[in-house]
Amino acid sequence: MSQTVKLPRRKGRFRATIIRWWPLYLMLIPGIIYFALYKYYPMAGLVLAFKKFNAKLGIYGSPWVDPWFKYFKQFFGSPANSRVLSNTITLSLWKLGMGLLPSLIFAIAVSECKARWFARITQTISYLPHFFSWSVVYGICLAMLGQPNGIVNVLFKRLGMNAIPFMTSNKYFQGVLVGSDLWKGLGWGAIIYLAAIMGIDTSLYEAATVDGCGRFRQIWYITLPCLRNIFIVLLITKVGNVLSAGFNQVYIMMTDEVKTSGEIIDTWVYTQGIGKMNYSLATAVGLFKSAISCVLVFGTNALARKWDSALW
Amino acid sequence: MVKSRSDLAFNIVVYVIMGIVLLVTLVPVLFVVSMSFTPYAEVIKNGGFVLIPRSFTLTAYREMLQDGKLAHSMLLTVWVTLVGTGSNLLVTLLTAYPLSRRRMPGQKWVMKLIVFTMVFSAGTIPTYLVVKETGLLNSMWSLFVPTMVSVYNLIIMKAFFEGLPEELFESARIDGATEFGVLLRIVMPMSLPILMTIGMYYAVDHWNTYTNAVLYITNTAKYPLQVVLRAKLRANTTDITADDVVPPETLKMAAVVFATVPIVVIYPFIQKYFVKGTLAGAVKG
Repeated sequence: MSQTVKLPRRKGRFRATIIRWWPLYLMLIPGIIYFALYKYYPMAGLVLAFKKFNAKLGIYGSPWVDPWFKYFKQFFGSPANSRVLSNTITLSLWKLGMGLLPSLIFAIAVSECKARWFARITQTISYLPHFFSWSVVYGICLAMLGQPNGIVNVLFKRLGMNAIPFMTSNKYFQGVLVGSDLWKGLGWGAIIYLAAIMGIDTSLYEAATVDGCGRFRQIWYITLPCLRNIFIVLLITKVGNVLSAGFNQVYIMMTDEVKTSGEIIDTWVYTQGIGKMNYSLATAVGLFKSAISCVLVFGTNALARKWDSALW
Repeated sequence: MVKSRSDLAFNIVVYVIMGIVLLVTLVPVLFVVSMSFTPYAEVIKNGGFVLIPRSFTLTAYREMLQDGKLAHSMLLTVWVTLVGTGSNLLVTLLTAYPLSRRRMPGQKWVMKLIVFTMVFSAGTIPTYLVVKETGLLNSMWSLFVPTMVSVYNLIIMKAFFEGLPEELFESARIDGATEFGVLLRIVMPMSLPILMTIGMYYAVDHWNTYTNAVLYITNTAKYPLQVVLRAKLRANTTDITADDVVPPETLKMAAVVFATVPIVVIYPFIQKYFVKGTLAGAVKG
């Protein structure tokens, strides 16, 4: 809805708008300053991806590189970095699936549980890990999976099996990352599905019962189709993050032994940029990451529009 | 009867799924807590395996607090959580409220520009350079100023405000209330659940703050709790001497519990607010 007050001259209309709305514009100022300063102004710094950074000359005074894609070539040219790229995509796709599906199953179980008190307690407890920091989850992982004192390895030893170095072997580390992410987010991820399930018209279930439809089939024919839209919306919002496999978690849990399987774009950018001060190279890789996620979000949204589930 | 047998099978599946979730969530937490309270002798007697301790000791906690580093970082983190959450909540409120008034000219454009920052970001290094330029490096302010407003929280709050009846604003304006008056005396009291929810999201983020700290703070004396905790967990533990009263494993577990206690204590009180608030936001947003 647009403003309906129409005044003859542009200037007059502008003044009328200000007189009517100035207190609200005033309120917006701190937020606008924040977004301008810490979100939009840094975007100008992206030119660094095409310049050879020189601290004395500053971002804008530094000379352009030749060819302009030098830093992109430097990143993609190295075989070690293709490993970083594949780690990132593997991890984030696993996390995407493990973040969406188990939560869905859990949400359906909670909504179908007849003993409401049990459902409520289970739900409340399942949210808790979402609020733990990754440092805490790392501590819990060490206690459970560490070697030699982790509870799992102690059990293995008692059963006469060999200890497994979950936390320090490239074979298992990605599994630990995906598993701990699942553990942390399972209950919290169910909230949104539960909200959608609560919104389903109960008369649908009643009609199905009258028609002799069992509860398994009610889920298949009523609950799941009703959750389709929310599922697609979640998918769109998460697909854009396919190149962010979770800086915090990986940075906290990764040791040198598991760098081969654990290094992702974000940790690589951190080491190159903040650690080694290769600002231009790190900016170029960051720009690549942002551009891809931007394309993916708009692309999946366009695709989803065909199924009437677009975000905008 | 076929139907009741299928019903029984269904119920079994439901309870098995919920039972697994409950166990998988609780057992690791319980184990860590027990480890931190159990005397070393009992741990050894049980082969490093105690779920519910039979005896109880606080030595690990006493030793941990004597170290001072963890307690110091905890005080810093408390400060950041209080000041940070207050500022985040204030700026988010002041931004979300005008943007919820759809008739305000320019509302759509400002919202679009804000949502765009979710889709495209300048990345780590350009942001780091701006934080440096604005003089926040190595200051506690860097832990919350560069992440002042979470767009996600902003959208939830805006959606809540949009759900308030339009007549409310109209009648208040006819009564001569100013916009600030409406916000303060009408909107805010009605929005307590959403303010509590968003406030808790921000508070938890600050309590768990990590990324901003490793990006912008190099002075180890200013490290927040979670960074110190991670360093403690990484400390080498292979050289245990006979003189160690408390084994390092137990100390680590005590540190983990120590860093989580405030969340677990506050959690039940805010829980009822956030489920309501999150649902309201999730359905509309």
